[in-house]
Amino acid sequence: MSEKLLEIKNVSKSFHIGGMLSKKKIDAVNDINLEIEGVKPVILSVVGESGCGKSTLCKMILRLHDFDQGDIRLLGNSYKDHKGYDPFRFRLEVQPIFQNPYESFSMRKTVDTYLFNTALRLKISKNYKEAENLIDEILKSVGMSLEVVRGKYPTQFSGGELQRVSIARALITRPKLIIADEPVAAIDASMKMNIVNLFKELKDKYQVSFIYVTHDLSTAYYVSDYIAALYRGCLIEYGPAKEIMDNPAHPYTQLLMNAVPRVGEKWDKEFTMPDTEDKEYAITYCKFAPRCPYALEECRKRRPDIKCSADGRKTLCFYPLNSEV
Amino acid sequence: MIKIEHLSTSYSTINGPVHVINDVDFEIYDNEIFGIAGESGCGKTTLLKALYDIVEFPLVVDSGKLVLSGEKDGKGFSYETGSIRKTWWNNISYVPQAAQSVLNPIVPLKKQFLDSIPKADKKKETKEQILKRIADYLKELNLSPDLLNAYPFQLSGGMRQRVIIALATFMSPKVVLADEPTTALDVVVQRGILMMLMRLQKQLRNTMVIVSHDMGVHYQVTDRMGIMYSGSMVELGKTEDIFERPIHPYTEMLVGALPRVGDKSQKTGIPGRPPALTNPPEGCRFAPRCPKATKECKKTVPLFRQVEPGRYAACHLIP
Repeated sequence: MSEKLLEIKNVSKSFHIGGMLSKKKIDAVNDINLEIEGVKPVILSVVGESGCGKSTLCKMILRLHDFDQGDIRLLGNSYKDHKGYDPFRFRLEVQPIFQNPYESFSMRKTVDTYLFNTALRLKISKNYKEAENLIDEILKSVGMSLEVVRGKYPTQFSGGELQRVSIARALITRPKLIIADEPVAAIDASMKMNIVNLFKELKDKYQVSFIYVTHDLSTAYYVSDYIAALYRGCLIEYGPAKEIMDNPAHPYTQLLMNAVPRVGEKWDKEFTMPDTEDKEYAITYCKFAPRCPYALEECRKRRPDIKCSADGRKTLCFYPLNSEV
Repeated sequence: MIKIEHLSTSYSTINGPVHVINDVDFEIYDNEIFGIAGESGCGKTTLLKALYDIVEFPLVVDSGKLVLSGEKDGKGFSYETGSIRKTWWNNISYVPQAAQSVLNPIVPLKKQFLDSIPKADKKKETKEQILKRIADYLKELNLSPDLLNAYPFQLSGGMRQRVIIALATFMSPKVVLADEPTTALDVVVQRGILMMLMRLQKQLRNTMVIVSHDMGVHYQVTDRMGIMYSGSMVELGKTEDIFERPIHPYTEMLVGALPRVGDKSQKTGIPGRPPALTNPPEGCRFAPRCPKATKECKKTVPLFRQVEPGRYAACHLIP
């Protein structure tokens, strides 16, 4: 198959804020280009601070939001092609995992009803017996089993266990792409690594790619093959995870990396806090310039273009830190 | 100094008491940042509630007590469980969990600041003088004094959190308790807030107690830390020592499982799950998950004792 798994082309989305008559708009996602090749399964981490458009991007890939401009293609099918859109097929290919597992399952339903409904309604299994076998097999691959899960309510599980079940639910359809929006943010430290390891394992076992959205950079470093850093709706850096995080090219990525509470290396320098304000979304020059320690005059005049370097890295900056000035 | 003497608390439920803190006994010194780490449901927040003396039904103190003592403005003070309430804001203050939502969204910050000042202090100065002092204090913390006229709903989460910290430290209390001060905030804001707390502690030379489940935060911020597991303290010591040479198997696994930037080697989490507090296992509560557990561990509860000078742990395996 020559088609790419996911192509995001110049996608923009803006939200209307303020009262009904206000004309204020913020660009939640601004002209983003991203691609996932479908040849080998990969884990792509999307990182950035709150309000950078991570979740909006996810929701657009899941078709929960429309976009204003650009196009998204999944396995060659354009999202704009409403006639050819088959919700059944779409749900087989893309599946979500959400942040808080206690909120993604209803407290009044047993957890296994979700699993059976996914298997039977999306017509993956022909009958109940078949569904049972399939679910048990998938639950075992995430370290649970149908025996343990059957008849239990979400409150009877710990956060880590429930998140495993929601991963299993997503896997039932054998998707090509799983979108995990902050999957470990609500999980305890002792369980976090188990879940993250699971992603690595499942990637190879089920040949599924992950988009891992997080602001926890240490797990992103651990798990991902590629990283995309967003800032105020713009993709500011993209490339192989290890290179980007060891040697960030954009000043913002550098700032993010410095802010990680690392073990083994104490913070020393003073630190300026960002002032999140909606006017920053409307800046017409480089959006990071007001906070950038290296900003020059040019940065305050116009917007930089994406620069691609030979090793597949993209940077949205006039003066990337890795190049000699 | 806060002295916690064999404190046990429980929550009363229909099915009988649930023991959440079991015989916790340690001291928090003056002029230090003390961290409490542990996973959810291990009793971190309950311990902090006991420290701040918000002991309200269904939370009950079964045995033991807390003594808060120290010196402020040349006068010594000492309060015990039951009377700590009298010195709220003045000598001890509390930054609760999800602090962003504790401010009343429709009352201007100015009024919320004034409300937190004890009556005795209010009589000494006029309202304008106090407001001036508050504005100066905000400036010192790199916050804009214009904030005083704003309503909390106009501020972002990180900004609200900083305002709460300013509010909690305005009376320069001797003890500041912070429960998960940076959850739900992203790393950049998190760093800003933690640096602000550290700077404040240096300036006020007081005691800060920070509860967090993020071990990275503890490493960066705290001087000494205690690790809790299922309602008991399992290890306590200098933060650096704990990260370098963890003694308790739980701490060892917790530190070993930390993902680090710059390290892609395979890490494993801790298998199993924390025990339900309604029906805890006999003996050491970590035994069912502990790879080194012996028969003794499953029978008797290990004592929390001094292992080395300044280093405490509760484990049978330590000689």
